[in-house]
Amino acid sequence: MATGMAEPTAGGDAAVGHLKLEDRIWLLRAMLLMRGLEERAMNLYRQGKVPGSFYDGYGQEAVSAGAAFAMAPEDRLCILHRDLAAHIIRGVTPTRILAQYMGRETGITRGRDGNVHFGARELGCVGMVSMLPDMMLVATGMAMAFKLRGERRCALTWFGDGSTSRGDFHEAMNWAGVQKLPVIFVLENNQYAYSTPLEKQFAVDPVERAAAYGFVGLTVDGNDVEAMFEATRAARERALEGGGPTLIEAVTMRMHGHAAHDDMKYVPKEQVEQWRKRDPVERQEGRLAALGVDVEALRASVAAEIEAATEDALAAPMPDPDTATDGVFCVGEAEPLGDGIARWSGFQL
Amino acid sequence: MTTLTYLQAISAALRDELRADERVLVMGEDIGVFGGAFKVTDGFIDEFGPDRVIDTPLAESAIIGTAIGAAVVGMRPVCEMQFSDFISCGFDQLVNVAAKMHYRQSLAVPLVVRLPSGGGFSGGPFHSQNPEAWLMHAPGIKVVAPSTASDAKGLLHAAIHDPNPVCFMEHKHLYRRVKDDVPEGVFETPFTARIARPGTDLVVIAYGAMVHVALEATEDLEGTSVEVLDLRSLVPLDRAAILDSVARCSKVVILDEANATCAAGAQVAALIAQFGFEDLDGPVVRVATPDVPIPFSPPLEQAVLPSVDRVREACRELLAY
Repeated sequence: MATGMAEPTAGGDAAVGHLKLEDRIWLLRAMLLMRGLEERAMNLYRQGKVPGSFYDGYGQEAVSAGAAFAMAPEDRLCILHRDLAAHIIRGVTPTRILAQYMGRETGITRGRDGNVHFGARELGCVGMVSMLPDMMLVATGMAMAFKLRGERRCALTWFGDGSTSRGDFHEAMNWAGVQKLPVIFVLENNQYAYSTPLEKQFAVDPVERAAAYGFVGLTVDGNDVEAMFEATRAARERALEGGGPTLIEAVTMRMHGHAAHDDMKYVPKEQVEQWRKRDPVERQEGRLAALGVDVEALRASVAAEIEAATEDALAAPMPDPDTATDGVFCVGEAEPLGDGIARWSGFQL
Repeated sequence: MTTLTYLQAISAALRDELRADERVLVMGEDIGVFGGAFKVTDGFIDEFGPDRVIDTPLAESAIIGTAIGAAVVGMRPVCEMQFSDFISCGFDQLVNVAAKMHYRQSLAVPLVVRLPSGGGFSGGPFHSQNPEAWLMHAPGIKVVAPSTASDAKGLLHAAIHDPNPVCFMEHKHLYRRVKDDVPEGVFETPFTARIARPGTDLVVIAYGAMVHVALEATEDLEGTSVEVLDLRSLVPLDRAAILDSVARCSKVVILDEANATCAAGAQVAALIAQFGFEDLDGPVVRVATPDVPIPFSPPLEQAVLPSVDRVREACRELLAY
């Protein structure tokens, strides 16, 4: 079972063939932005400027950054709440992200929903709901449409270890397997579903279930952003060639509580300390520093970007209460999903 | 005009849409090779193929959830719940994912869910329900419930053209019992009420199969003039038409086949109490199924479902008030 420390995989080495230096820098940049924006949002939460609660993905940055980086603009994503880097890669600006957290009119949901419960429609993303893993079925349906129309496109969604206990996990895996759909399921195994550890969640590592549904399941070091990229790139290629779905189990660790109020007292301190040594951001920084990249300069530029974004987001207006009941129904022509931004050099032919 | 049964009208609407719009697809359990539990999609798979007439796994959450996914990338899926009762298994996807999508992120979900509903033929507690009130309580879902073949076709066309999730309550008991003239080709029936029979002394407000019960019960009521208002749409609810009928008739009986508590009729009653009070010459009377699972055995089922006699008696009492 993939509890505790998964051994680092060879994915990082395999990825190098598909990643130029600029790509590897972008992966680090996305993770730094995610970490920095979440740190900033946590501060804003403590200042009372982020309503509700606050959820972050500290320590899990590689899972969303690596997977999203492998997805083409015309692909479609349903992004989970600890996957901010996917939104960043897709093209959501730091200002809009912070405005979203603070319930401002300029946030992605215009204050209609909070936290990372959003998907930028114009960038081809469908926002998650709190009922997990509902979006597995939505992603499966998008893939079904792609296949019906004969389009070379793929859908991807993330979900957690706790999600594997719900019926929608089974229904989506089964449906995608039966119809052999171009969909990628990223199981973000971060060791805890709120306070519930893996051994109380399942008797058998859920990655093994993929075989029972008739498709490939593989375990990846979720703290290695290049390994995540490589596994997703290969899964996407398989999907586009008609090879059906892939279940990627990204083994990682939720380094903070479930939400801001959660002191994580149910997690043994040694477990956190062990995982701290495998920090995904530090790992990518180390790789790039060894290649002569000025990591400090990159950090400084990301910090400046977050600073400016904070200023802009704080200046953004709150939504008008008179509009609270607007938009329940679509009136007139529906706005379609748009395409995201291609970050990976492999898409820029 | 062609004379069609309620079921034939639903089939015709689906077939017209599949022919006219390649984005339309139908999906559900046993709807392809078998043609559906009620044969609504009989023969469809031969004309449109298995990619557009999709035999799905037995998984209602997945039917709704994947249809949402297909809808947001440009398809116009029409899902069939084999019986409306099974919407409970797909409820989460419908009320949390589909219904809230546009409000949260301005993303439309053009999805139709067909819900064969209602009792009267010993379907028992799991094949006889009228779950429309569950759906009405979730903001973001439209709910329509035709009573005639013509409206069944026109409302289904309108539902498929609508950019929002629409639940189409089709009453199983009307499938082969109701037959009327249906215009040729694609036409839309608006999501508004219809006066099934005009009158001046009392109005019975109903929808779906209960419209026919109301008409029969009040056809010859000692020479009184009884109006029957067919709601056709529950969300949106045609407030103007309801209040207009109440203003003209001053006495109102509201009829639901659904369980009484929080039923569509309860919403209509609340509306009249608040906005039509000055026009009333008597109490707002409701006739509905008591709050009990729909029993199997015929004498038990007939005891709970609103009957022609019960409606007639309620009208007589109110007319004498």
